[in-house]
Amino acid sequence: MTTDTTPYSGYNMPAGGPHPPTEPDPEDGAVAGESLGRDAWRRLKQNKAAMVSLVVLIVIAATCLIGPYLLPWGLAEVDWNAFSTAPSLENGHFLGTDANGRDLLTRTLYGGRVSLSVAVVATFVSLVIGVLYGAISGYVGGRLDNVMMRFVDILYSLPFMFLVILLMVVFGRNIFLIYAAIGAVEWLDMARIVRGQTLALKQREFIEAAHALGVRDRKIVTRHLIPNAIGPVIVYVTLTVPKVILLESFLSFLGLGVQEPLTSWGVLISEGTDMMQSAPWLLLVPSVFLALTLFCLNFLGDGLRDALDPKTR
Amino acid sequence: MLTYTLKRLLAAIPTLLIVITISFFLMRVAPGGPFDGERQLPPEIEANLKAAYHLDEPLPMQYLRYMGNLLQGDFGPSFKYKDFSVTELIAQGFPVSLEIGGLAMLLALLLGLPMGIIAAVRRNSAVDYAVMGTALAGIAVPNFVIAPILALVFGVLLAWLPAGGWNGGAWPNLVLPVIALSIQQIAYIARMMRASMIEVLGSHYIRTARAKGLSERQVIWRHAIRPALLPVTSYLGPAIAGIITGSVVIEQIFGIPGIGRYFVQAALNRDYTLVMGTVVFYGALIVLMNLLVDLLYSALDPQIRYDD
Repeated sequence: MTTDTTPYSGYNMPAGGPHPPTEPDPEDGAVAGESLGRDAWRRLKQNKAAMVSLVVLIVIAATCLIGPYLLPWGLAEVDWNAFSTAPSLENGHFLGTDANGRDLLTRTLYGGRVSLSVAVVATFVSLVIGVLYGAISGYVGGRLDNVMMRFVDILYSLPFMFLVILLMVVFGRNIFLIYAAIGAVEWLDMARIVRGQTLALKQREFIEAAHALGVRDRKIVTRHLIPNAIGPVIVYVTLTVPKVILLESFLSFLGLGVQEPLTSWGVLISEGTDMMQSAPWLLLVPSVFLALTLFCLNFLGDGLRDALDPKTR
Repeated sequence: MLTYTLKRLLAAIPTLLIVITISFFLMRVAPGGPFDGERQLPPEIEANLKAAYHLDEPLPMQYLRYMGNLLQGDFGPSFKYKDFSVTELIAQGFPVSLEIGGLAMLLALLLGLPMGIIAAVRRNSAVDYAVMGTALAGIAVPNFVIAPILALVFGVLLAWLPAGGWNGGAWPNLVLPVIALSIQQIAYIARMMRASMIEVLGSHYIRTARAKGLSERQVIWRHAIRPALLPVTSYLGPAIAGIITGSVVIEQIFGIPGIGRYFVQAALNRDYTLVMGTVVFYGALIVLMNLLVDLLYSALDPQIRYDD
């Protein structure tokens, strides 16, 4: 025991000097703090359906990314010995071929790349636009808020589907246009949600404090409002992704989606529908992939919503 | 109430104007014209045709001319279906689409609402999981996937119902399209109804009603259902829009002569007037439906009155 004359002389300093501050021991009786993210993640882990869905989604995404490199067939490669063959293990076409002799498994995986990438990018586009729009509208309030929300209301009542179809017809079937068009359709709901959140958060004390400290408006919006509004935004994102996938499949089914040689699940389903009676696997395989992905996204979205909902904590 | 309706109708006009304008200019911007794809026309004849349809005038002039005609209810002639005007085509196709869409919406409500109520009342039971599982299937599997599968199973393999065609509206031809169109909405309505019923059943006045000794049936039917219907009612607007959109695909799959298939075909054919007519028509329909839904909403909830 060292003799020391500090005011803490009654305190036995552990050998080696003071330790850095550690998390309070729960047995102490003091409450161990937990961040919002960690709390939500823990609760999400308890939801079996959501966890299974997450794993399945990761598996699907990984298969679509890596699978085509492992398979011997190309996207548009024609196998002259196998036109419209059923799934079999012997001839190497595990899920069959289509009428042009192209391997279905490979095309489905490539299609998955397109469908999933559209989902991610378009949702991201709508996320960025919607969050910024909603946060600014909610924070500034007053007349600007009124005008901005009226604009959103007007856009809401437009029959968007038809305008998207028009866009695709007019400007050609360009995948970047699909990203932009679908993203432009979905941002409205996001903006509304973020605006609602912002309006509620605006009244809280920490915003007032930030104001009083002289933090610039732009900083308040980006560093204080948006991170705190993230909860419902995340939930809405997981609800938007299936909608986007459906929208893209819908467009592709109508023949207005991605151009050849790119393919997507919607295109494959459309092709399969034509051949439904003679080659049902052409319809079933992409349908199963699509349905499975949408199922998992829905379960995951529900699970996230339950995990992030403050009322059920 | 009347003033509110009038105000809403007035507010709808700028929306429609925007829709019309955007559609008009988008269509004109599109490469290609309505006379491509036919035999190569000699340039004089093509010039004559264009003059006859006023396609050689500057765009703003064409726009004004179109708006003028529109106010008189004239959508113009269809470029592709040579003998028909757009108004005639829409008049022919709309009753068909209306029948299918209306039946689908009715089916969605008739099935979806009870499913949601039962699932909420018997919460977390086997019934609840079964109902919600079916609903999830309805949401996750798009209707353009279910429709061909239904046609395959019931139309071809089992041959119980015709796999397509309209047949003048004979009821066997109605069954599959209506079911395919309604499935997604059944799922959404069931889920929403369940969620809102659960919330209503947890409220104070329900607890009071039970404490007063009312039977469970009375509690549900007389006190719980009406407030629980509100969120579903506000969903009805998008639901109708969804049915309209879905009909585009369903009509194509089952070969139904409604407006939906005109829309896609016309867009691909660059049939300007038909596309415009369809878009304007749908736009007006959706706006009108939204207004009706809002009025219905205020009728259901006495606390919401739109009079100022």
